[in-house]
Amino acid sequence: MAGTFEKPEVVQEELDALIIGGGMAACGTAYEIMRWAEAVKAETGKELKIKLVDKAALDRSGAVAQGLSAINTYIGDKQDPADYTRMVSNDLMGITRDDLAYDVGRNVDDSVHLFEEWGLPIWKTDANGVRHDGADAIKEGIPALKDGGQPVRSGKWQIMINGESYKWIVAEAAKKALGLDRIQERVFIVHLINDKNDPSRVAGAAGFSVRENKIYIYKAKAVLLAAGGCVNLFRPRSVGEGQGRAWYPVWNAGSTYAMAAEAGAELTMMENRFVPARFKDGYGPVGAWFLLFKARAANGYGEDYMTKNKEMLNDYPPYGKANVPAACLRNHLMLKEMKEGRGPIMMDTITALAKLRETLSPKEVKHLEAEAWEDFLDMSVGQCGMWVGENIEPEKKNSELMPTEPYLLGSHSGCCGIWASGPTDVGAPTASDPELDGVPAHLPRGWNWGYRSMTTVKGLFTAGDGVGASGHKFSSGSHAEGRMAAKGMVKYVLDNANMKPEFDETAEQIAETIWRPVRTYLQHKDYSTAIDINPNYITPKMLQFRLQKIMDEYVAGVATYYNTNDVLLKMAEEKLDMLKEDSLKMRAKDLHELLRAWENYHRILTAEAHMQHIMFREESRYPGFYYRTDKNLIDEENWHCFVNSIYDKKTHKWTCFKRRHTDLVDKSKLFHH
Amino acid sequence: MPTFVRTEKCDGCKGQDKTACMYICPHDLMKLDKDGSETGHAMRAFNQEPEQCWECYSCVKICPQGAIEARHYADIVPLGGSVQPMRGSDSIMWTIKFRNGVIKRFKFPIRTTAEGSIDAFGGKPMPKVAELAAGGTFTSGVMGGFRAGKPEELIRK
Repeated sequence: MAGTFEKPEVVQEELDALIIGGGMAACGTAYEIMRWAEAVKAETGKELKIKLVDKAALDRSGAVAQGLSAINTYIGDKQDPADYTRMVSNDLMGITRDDLAYDVGRNVDDSVHLFEEWGLPIWKTDANGVRHDGADAIKEGIPALKDGGQPVRSGKWQIMINGESYKWIVAEAAKKALGLDRIQERVFIVHLINDKNDPSRVAGAAGFSVRENKIYIYKAKAVLLAAGGCVNLFRPRSVGEGQGRAWYPVWNAGSTYAMAAEAGAELTMMENRFVPARFKDGYGPVGAWFLLFKARAANGYGEDYMTKNKEMLNDYPPYGKANVPAACLRNHLMLKEMKEGRGPIMMDTITALAKLRETLSPKEVKHLEAEAWEDFLDMSVGQCGMWVGENIEPEKKNSELMPTEPYLLGSHSGCCGIWASGPTDVGAPTASDPELDGVPAHLPRGWNWGYRSMTTVKGLFTAGDGVGASGHKFSSGSHAEGRMAAKGMVKYVLDNANMKPEFDETAEQIAETIWRPVRTYLQHKDYSTAIDINPNYITPKMLQFRLQKIMDEYVAGVATYYNTNDVLLKMAEEKLDMLKEDSLKMRAKDLHELLRAWENYHRILTAEAHMQHIMFREESRYPGFYYRTDKNLIDEENWHCFVNSIYDKKTHKWTCFKRRHTDLVDKSKLFHH
Repeated sequence: MPTFVRTEKCDGCKGQDKTACMYICPHDLMKLDKDGSETGHAMRAFNQEPEQCWECYSCVKICPQGAIEARHYADIVPLGGSVQPMRGSDSIMWTIKFRNGVIKRFKFPIRTTAEGSIDAFGGKPMPKVAELAAGGTFTSGVMGGFRAGKPEELIRK
């Protein structure tokens, strides 16, 4: 029976493995899991039931939807995974999981080599040091990376690509591996279901179609949750149309963190955030400008703040002493100029391009200009829109930089996320190693507990933005991480062949919860004459504004130059409590608004986790990203540790606790100048 | 607004079961106004939530009629510029027009293989189930990308 808006149809399906999300991580899982499923079928005759569910369309979903101009993690044959692990650690101020970063480091190039084989154009440097775009390199007979071709490095770890169709290509491989019958697009999973017989186990997930009046409930043994990071939980600098021009994709709504928390999964480092310094308003990438074109940034009076303020790095040993100071510290030095009124911060594109011109032929100059524009056109067309609107030709007019509103993510230059089981062969702490006091008894000790990439909820796996304490994976590392999770999932399904998941809620209860915003709307819509003003409900849009205002003003957004303190955080806690209560009164006048309602519910839980973690960690671990002005220092003695948390979905309360940090690679090598 | 649909160019993808822009938008912004009750333009698509548009250009690039353009964020950007692509099977052509009338054109490769040609597992090894617990991926042995790392770097092993 086809559903109606008043009475949606409920579709139920039983699976072995469910993949939630369609971005780079989920595509990696899809690719890897299907080959192992073929192996299982070949050896045992058993066919695993697998499905990928994406709230958008696989061709253009996730953070890479628009494209990218670079792959930010490629190790190459000259660097060691341990070097990469050290970089990740220092950029994230010392508190990362070396086991997870190292595992990404040794596997990531495999995915990059596949991308190139599938058709992604990768820039190459020829024997004379001349660079060629990815198509030209093939015409010139330059070998693929896999066969010794040399990439164009725009940094120690980054390589340049012609990446407009990056996601399209990676999605095609995932689709071919899965087959179209195993893909469900335009269904937004909003809720994980625990097992009736073991509440620490996942039994499935539920969501709804944004195209038809249908609720989907999946029962599954293994579930991959890879639904991106969190954007627009803080008030953005642009509050009109421009709020869509978020730096990270605006459709990342914290669904990964919120659903994991409600299912009982342990989160980690949710205090971490990323505040990228980007071209102002358009949020176009600066990496190629700094690293490839060698541009410098200065305050409004031409002073290079990194040189002028370099003594400030001494306040944060040892992290400020590394060859490349952490991104937050670079912001810290920039913010001093802004706070003291010496803005704007300008990227000197004129000088950079003029210097490059001195040594280049006219043909090479033309090529260089195209490269500079492609950097935006591949991944941030909106920045081009800014430049053409303001008549900015970078060789004639400099551009303003600005630190953005805060973002929460685990795959780019941030490390919040879910505590996940790591590899067993790199010397990571085990259950018999000492742990700090206060870790709830039901949670595993050590850094691996049976299945790679499994969270502390049995059967629930994650990758990409979902895996916490290991940033700097970017697109390629997220794909690789998704592949590692796939193997863990297949092993888990095989090891639990006779386990039958059972829901701890009825299908009716689940459907009722998902459809609540619609029912609220239908029940109350005629009470007032203006559809948006009604004391019985709140629109998802207004709820989002309220969330953003609270986070901005109390939890260290741009309004306070990223400052907060214990008193402000307490007030935020109270306001977020009331907001979460009011979220039960969100309305949905159509399926599109139901999508926004659930996205914003997920944003609230993510925001709460962020606030609780900042409150618990009594120091300022990321100067330049946020400051606890009552604890405005880095306290290595007491806080060189992970801050983790669990959420109780019955009492709606968070519990934060410390976990011991251990180095698996020698970090002192960072500081040999 | 950010992306908008040209009234005289959009045909509502008639004859197809869904419009291309609705199909592709990652944020569920594009909507077909079947009877014209929402926009006054029946069987035309429109951007239903412009302040949520990332300007990712997915709809612009996929529209078979070339009916979708962007008018960049009005609260940030002065009027008059435009950035318009033509995406082909192996390359994309961009025409960018500045507010002051300057025009630049660029062409970049987007793909080195034919669309739809990926053979996901062709020529790749079939793993053994017993290897599930080991590290790496099923292609570690053939793609030349597995970086084993120097054992002495792992100080706790």
